[in-house]
Amino acid sequence: MSRERLINAALLLGLAAVPLYAWATDEPFTITLATRVAILALAGVGLNIALGLGGLVSLGHAAFFGIGGYAMGILASHAQSSTPLMEAPFLIEGTKSMPVIWITALAASALAALLIGALSLRTSGVYFIMITLAFGQMFYFFAISWPAYGGEDGLSIYIRNDFPGLNTLDPIQFFGICFALLALALWLNARLAHAPFGLALNAARQNAQRVETMGLSPFRLRLTAFVISGAITGLAGALFADLNRFVSPTMFSWQMSGEIMVFIILGGVGRLYGPVAGAALFITLEHVLGGLSEFWHIYLGALLLGVVLFARGGVIGLLAGRKVAHD
Amino acid sequence: MTAILFIEQVLNGLQFGVMLFLMAAGLTLVFGVMGLINLAHGSLYMVGAFAAAAVAGATGSFLLALVAALAAAAAAGALVELVVIRRLYDRDHLDQVLATFALILIFSEGTRWVFGSFPLFLDIPDYLSGPVTLPGGIEYPLYRLTIILTGLVIAAGLFWLISRTRLGVRIRAGESDREMIAALGVDISKLYTMVFALGAALAGLAGAMVGAIQSVQVGMGEPVLILAFVVIVIGGIGSIKGALIGAILVGLTDTLGGLLLPEVFKLFMDTSAASTTGSALASMLIYILMACVLIWKPQGLFGGQA
Repeated sequence: MSRERLINAALLLGLAAVPLYAWATDEPFTITLATRVAILALAGVGLNIALGLGGLVSLGHAAFFGIGGYAMGILASHAQSSTPLMEAPFLIEGTKSMPVIWITALAASALAALLIGALSLRTSGVYFIMITLAFGQMFYFFAISWPAYGGEDGLSIYIRNDFPGLNTLDPIQFFGICFALLALALWLNARLAHAPFGLALNAARQNAQRVETMGLSPFRLRLTAFVISGAITGLAGALFADLNRFVSPTMFSWQMSGEIMVFIILGGVGRLYGPVAGAALFITLEHVLGGLSEFWHIYLGALLLGVVLFARGGVIGLLAGRKVAHD
Repeated sequence: MTAILFIEQVLNGLQFGVMLFLMAAGLTLVFGVMGLINLAHGSLYMVGAFAAAAVAGATGSFLLALVAALAAAAAAGALVELVVIRRLYDRDHLDQVLATFALILIFSEGTRWVFGSFPLFLDIPDYLSGPVTLPGGIEYPLYRLTIILTGLVIAAGLFWLISRTRLGVRIRAGESDREMIAALGVDISKLYTMVFALGAALAGLAGAMVGAIQSVQVGMGEPVLILAFVVIVIGGIGSIKGALIGAILVGLTDTLGGLLLPEVFKLFMDTSAASTTGSALASMLIYILMACVLIWKPQGLFGGQA
């Protein structure tokens, strides 16, 4: 276990060190890449709470990612055009304040996760995978066909939102915000895993009947995990939209759900820092292979296939030994 | 809105439904027999469409194109089963999802590499183009009618195959107990390859037939794949009958929802707001249908055990 901790610490330090070095040598593009890693890792940490702890293979997390993105897009676009979001029954104005946007993104995606989870968790196994995928797609088509916020073209936000006391337009400061939120989510995930809730959830994954005989409801445990998971992925969506200053229905696409899941598998299933390692590897590959060949997805696919078939522990499993095997 | 328009849309819904059935039948067979969730099924649909477009471009024969679609998709399916899929049968669903997701990336980029990013076009042959007059004076494209009939014939053939032939007996036996039929001397891995290739061929055929109406392009398979998942969830996993009824239900809901919902909203909204709200809601309608079926019957309409 201590070896994995060492690797985790190295990962987190590395993720902080690379942009700091890039900042010192004045390479803003590298900082942006690192910011992408931090944000996508955050989305992965969100999914990992459902997938790693709860064993819930959700292929619809792009729904929450997109809701977070649109929460940012809608609030900021109203602030940008100085039109209220809603007048009756009470006035809601748009805002450019990050904390308010984050809370909105968390709340909206948690609510969506509650609804989707309450329906999808009535089933399990392969049904659950298909249903979450289908609900994700539902949001995708809704976003495309709803013209009020850009429809298929998406929404552009001209200036990044504000955070009190910081200049968010400075790449390194924005990276700091994302990194802090990622660290917070990792800490929350670690706490959850060892709290009675996390232990019960883990037990429900291994043997739901036993948990039920203990007087706990596996459905409620899973639904709670799904809501927390969706909310964190939604927060990542809001940050992602802020990074690009652009929201579009592609944030809802099923490929996005697949990619978030790929981060986890590349890093190692059931590992706390799996999404961090996976997202870092994914972005590095995208950058390096994408520069080599237009068709880099072929290599990504081959690598992913290799990891799934032959190296199930992912990066962290490879480095730390296969101690935490996902059953 | 006239009755003729309505009937035309019902026929369009049916046509969409039988195409979805061809996709869903393969998926549900593969899941029922091998317990495998295959995201790459949409890629086989795409392979069929591209093979058909390439052969039609080279020879000009639509029938040859359909044969090529069947053969190419079945061959791709068998190859993928032999190389990758058979290692996944005793893995958990997460591994299956990720490995088949990786296959999609490989198939899509590979196709883009070979054929380029621009869509190909597959023309409807002369003897199937043009409208045909149905009883009641309704003009309907002959090609779409042919699709409906082909789909229904294939559905009937599939029911016959599953319930009346030796292969069907083995497939059903494989669904209920794979160790037992292996012990009875059936080569289970050959059976699996055959079932997978059969499902792939159906997907490829669907791809080729739809390819003549829409364009043939990379990524055309995935939206259909997800709809096929909705069909399976509604019909119940493993049930061919469920797949047929679910597919037609989804096809009709999608087509008629787009037509009727804006009209319904016009009753209490102004026209432009009604058409945007109606069409936005119509795009969600099949998922709402799925949610309703789930609340009513979590295992789908004809599903037994999960």
